[in-house]
Amino acid sequence: MSATPDLAMPNTRPTPRRRQGVNFEKNSWIFMRASGLILIILVLGHLFIMNILDGGVQRINFAFVAGRWSSPFWQFWDLTMLWLAMLHGTNGLRVIIGDYAKSGKTRFWLRGILYTASAATILLGTLVIFTFDPNLT
Amino acid sequence: MASTGTLYRGGVSMWSWVAHRITGVAVLFFLYVHVLDTALIRVSPDAYDTIIATYKTPIVNLMEVGLVGAVLFHALNGLRVMAVDFWERGPRLQRQMLWVTVGIWLVVMIPGTFYMTKHTIEKMFGAA
Repeated sequence: MSATPDLAMPNTRPTPRRRQGVNFEKNSWIFMRASGLILIILVLGHLFIMNILDGGVQRINFAFVAGRWSSPFWQFWDLTMLWLAMLHGTNGLRVIIGDYAKSGKTRFWLRGILYTASAATILLGTLVIFTFDPNLT
Repeated sequence: MASTGTLYRGGVSMWSWVAHRITGVAVLFFLYVHVLDTALIRVSPDAYDTIIATYKTPIVNLMEVGLVGAVLFHALNGLRVMAVDFWERGPRLQRQMLWVTVGIWLVVMIPGTFYMTKHTIEKMFGAA
């Protein structure tokens, strides 16, 4: 591989070599499909229970949530849903930013804001599920 | 045709792609809000019940129908995308699968909207 650019064709770059190791974009592609499949069950189930079943949103209050989170099953459901939905959505918006941000600088900052907001939200949500206190007044 | 212009004419399949992106971003932005409002359950029962009361108002109730509609489209169209990716007949049947997606969406959303807004309608127009 020559280090000096070809002056006759100044815009040609050396052919990229096959990347070694982990292929991030391929893994992200697989993750979107795998998490999407699981989220269909988790999120549509969540929306059905919370918004349609048994009076829907009108019956939701502190006591209702306390009742649900007394069961490890629903805690696990909500925790899995939180992580998968946030990572799925964050990765989706990461791709969209890559498509529309014109400069590397814009892309860097938009993605930085996105990752910060998502990390904070995942952390907060996880903390709330694990430290929930049904006897809080 | 006098002018072909520069518009990419991908037809309905292109619009399903656009709708997939828009619904995805909208749902993500809702998630940020939703985790924040749910976090109030850690502050006090009153704080949580107050914020949840906004979900029960007519306008937000209507927005919930929009949210469910967005999530349902994203879910069904996601299955269609996976069928195109992994099913050997998927690419050939992608357009038909879009109509199936729209069909299932309508079949779920019509009764879904009824049950989701039942209470609001009864409260606004008197119990039927």
